[in-house]
Amino acid sequence: MTARAIAVRLRGLSRHFGDVKALDSIDLEVNDGEFFSMLGPSGSGKTTCLRLIAGFEQPTTGTIELHGQQVADVPPYERDVNTVFQDYALFPHMTVADNVAYGLMVRRVAKSEREKRVREMLDMVRLPGFGGRKPSQLSGGQRQRVALARALINHPKVLLLDEPLGALDLKLRQEMQVELKAIQREIGITFIFVTHDQEEAMTMSDRIAVFNHGKIEQVGTPYEMYENPHTRFVAEFIGTTNVVEGEMARTIHGKSAAYAIRPERIVLCPPDADVPLDSVYLTGVIRDVTYLGMMTRCTVEVNGSVFTVIEPSAQARPAFGYAIGAACVLVWKREHMRPLEGA
Amino acid sequence: MRRAVNFLYAHPNAALLLLLLLPMAWLVIFYLGSLSAMVVQSFYSLDDFSGRVIPEFSVFSYQELFSPANFDVVLRTLSMAAAVTLASAVIAFPLAYFMARYASARIKGLLFLGVMLPLWSSYLVRVYAWKLILANEGMISWGAEQLGLTGVLNWILSLPVIGGPSLSFSYFGMFIVFVYIWLPYMVLPINAALERVPKSLTEASADLGGRPRYTFRKVVLPLAFPGIVAGSIFTFSLTLGDYIIPSIIGDSARFIGSAVLLYQGTAGNLPLAAAFTVVPIVIMGAYLLLARRLGAFDAL
Amino acid sequence: MRFSDMHRAGIGLKGATAAVLIFLNFPIFVIILYAFTTEEASFRFPPPGLTTRWFGVLLNRTDFWDALGLSLQVALTATFAAIILGTLIAAALYRSNFFGKEVISLFVILPIALPGIVTGIALRSAIGVLDLQLSTWTIIIGHATFCMVTVYNNVVARLRRMQHSQVEASMDLGATPIQTFRYVIFPNIATALLAGAFLAFALSFDEIIVTTFTAGQQDTLPIWIFSQLTRPRDRPVTNVAAVFVIGITLIPILLAYRYTRDVSEN
Repeated sequence: MTARAIAVRLRGLSRHFGDVKALDSIDLEVNDGEFFSMLGPSGSGKTTCLRLIAGFEQPTTGTIELHGQQVADVPPYERDVNTVFQDYALFPHMTVADNVAYGLMVRRVAKSEREKRVREMLDMVRLPGFGGRKPSQLSGGQRQRVALARALINHPKVLLLDEPLGALDLKLRQEMQVELKAIQREIGITFIFVTHDQEEAMTMSDRIAVFNHGKIEQVGTPYEMYENPHTRFVAEFIGTTNVVEGEMARTIHGKSAAYAIRPERIVLCPPDADVPLDSVYLTGVIRDVTYLGMMTRCTVEVNGSVFTVIEPSAQARPAFGYAIGAACVLVWKREHMRPLEGA
Repeated sequence: MRRAVNFLYAHPNAALLLLLLLPMAWLVIFYLGSLSAMVVQSFYSLDDFSGRVIPEFSVFSYQELFSPANFDVVLRTLSMAAAVTLASAVIAFPLAYFMARYASARIKGLLFLGVMLPLWSSYLVRVYAWKLILANEGMISWGAEQLGLTGVLNWILSLPVIGGPSLSFSYFGMFIVFVYIWLPYMVLPINAALERVPKSLTEASADLGGRPRYTFRKVVLPLAFPGIVAGSIFTFSLTLGDYIIPSIIGDSARFIGSAVLLYQGTAGNLPLAAAFTVVPIVIMGAYLLLARRLGAFDAL
Repeated sequence: MRFSDMHRAGIGLKGATAAVLIFLNFPIFVIILYAFTTEEASFRFPPPGLTTRWFGVLLNRTDFWDALGLSLQVALTATFAAIILGTLIAAALYRSNFFGKEVISLFVILPIALPGIVTGIALRSAIGVLDLQLSTWTIIIGHATFCMVTVYNNVVARLRRMQHSQVEASMDLGATPIQTFRYVIFPNIATALLAGAFLAFALSFDEIIVTTFTAGQQDTLPIWIFSQLTRPRDRPVTNVAAVFVIGITLIPILLAYRYTRDVSEN
């Protein structure tokens, strides 16, 4: 089995701004041809990381390798990497065609060749014939596609996308997510996608890296990240979770470390229900019930801690005679609990 | 070449230095250097005998400033500057107020143009225009005659100190021209300050029972004050240093600017001229500090 | 003033506004009127008659043409120097946050912020100390020093309004910094540069205070007009020259105004 090629390798990468550590000694490997997301809240360092890969910032320490080549002191115009910016950064004084052709123009590609490739690109992003327009005449979604075309026309080895869908409304965003994924699969270029929206990352990515306060908390496939979060932050950032710690954890597990249990893994039972042997059960009081259509969400208080339970409505409804304030029992299998490090 | 450019990209501070090198050198040499030379000059003195400048440290020139004749010049200029500032503030306010509060966007654009247009026309020509207007046979006299106010005009001209043979040759005339020339500099900051007063404030005042005059006094005026102070910086400073208007609407009467011109010219007394120039610098320095305390810089 | 009726000012306020506006603008028209008066030696109002013959007289005066020529030469050269110096400073200061930036920004504005007399006497002192000759070049240096400020103001404002991501995008797509300047930055600042240049030209052309201190025997047009004021027989000719000056300074400024307004409306 051949090893997969590494498109981007970061070793001990740091970026400090005075006393502020925007990025604190990051190690990361992105595989060739994958759709890789960098996920995290604002200020977590994901955008800084992207800008370091693009070349807009210089690292304080550490190395950046693009396809095996050290590039820390190579300026952005000499790296085989292109970026789609959050505000699209289209050149307002040029037409769409000139914008898209820009990368070819500065490298002195012949005019006829440029025109051909611009046409191809515009077709690919589904904006045929838009070449003559100016950016000010386009909608947000259209501008975004022009920015994409402009970046892809150069056949970069890696495409960086800095929260490109942030400014679009929900429907458009979901459409674009599907389109971007399709384009990536078709072209086969490595995509590195920065977002703060965990659902977006989960939808589109082959693998995700979760950033927090300048460090990477965990890297993995969406399945791995959701099912096996390593830290409390990841558990709470991706989807929702309940955290069992302190006294309650000691009662269940014998030690007072922190454990995560997903809401959908918990079953809400009446106080007198039978409980399987390998399960945890806790007695509590129902505080809130919300019907969400496909799911029903309940909030249950157990000894002062609050648990969120989600059950398919088809299951919950018939069983539900429970009023707010009624006693109940929470049941879940031990194996579904995940230990959290450094909580 | 590529490598040089790449180096500069990776080292933004070096690039910065390179960009600033030429202009900073120019400014430091020609401007800062000149200012220092001037201050140094003010600490020299003139040898009465030979008429040459003695390049030795002395405060003689500054002492000369306090001689009655020279001190008189400073006082005169200060009084004029103060009078001009007050008058400009009063005259500019209604216009600025209307522009900020009542004018629609289109009208405001036109008004703005109306205020800027004179500012953009030649300064010298505008001063000269007033010489024509104020002349004894000019527009003002003719207007006074038509309105039967010639008596008033003559009375003004007969006043001591500010009167004179003709409006175009008197302190009162200079006062009018000064106010006219610097007026736009007062209108704009006041307008800017007033625009920053949200309408909701005056509405709240009215809602709470404040009558119009009260609201104006207690709400609008205090909020406009920083703008007035900002405008006054210009009117005061510009009047302090001007010699053109006194020499056109007068006989190169004794103002700071004219004194400077006189002493550096034929009199060859550069040290004294320099000392005179330091006066407005010091005054404006103090004025700016005061203005900053009063919040004028936010209104600029 | 009626506060209850927010959208209609009282007649008093409207009247005062109109009066001030008229006060501000009528002198220009007076000058233009006087350029046509038949009266030779006085400022009589109303003018006894109208004629265009003073235009002919002025155009025959060689000293006028010399002064005009010198003013144009100085203004063009000073503007050229101002464009280069002002743009360099703007490029350096528009984004940077280095130690001393505030000081330098303030320093750059001083030549225009301090009254002309200060700049004038300062330059005069320096010339005296260095034992130089007053010449056209001393005039130009003086003018360039404060003209660069208008270019700087205009260009720096435009640079700050420019999306910086455009510059990054350009380099990201493979353009070197020089190519980036040519294809992205320059088109963005072109009209601001032009506006600043026009303002600098007008400023230099009309300037008299600093010029008086830095000129030797030469007369720029404003100095010429100023010296004319002591010659009663030449009054109408002076008026015509004044009309010329209004035109030459007003036109570039109006153009500059249009250029900066157009962009801000976009």
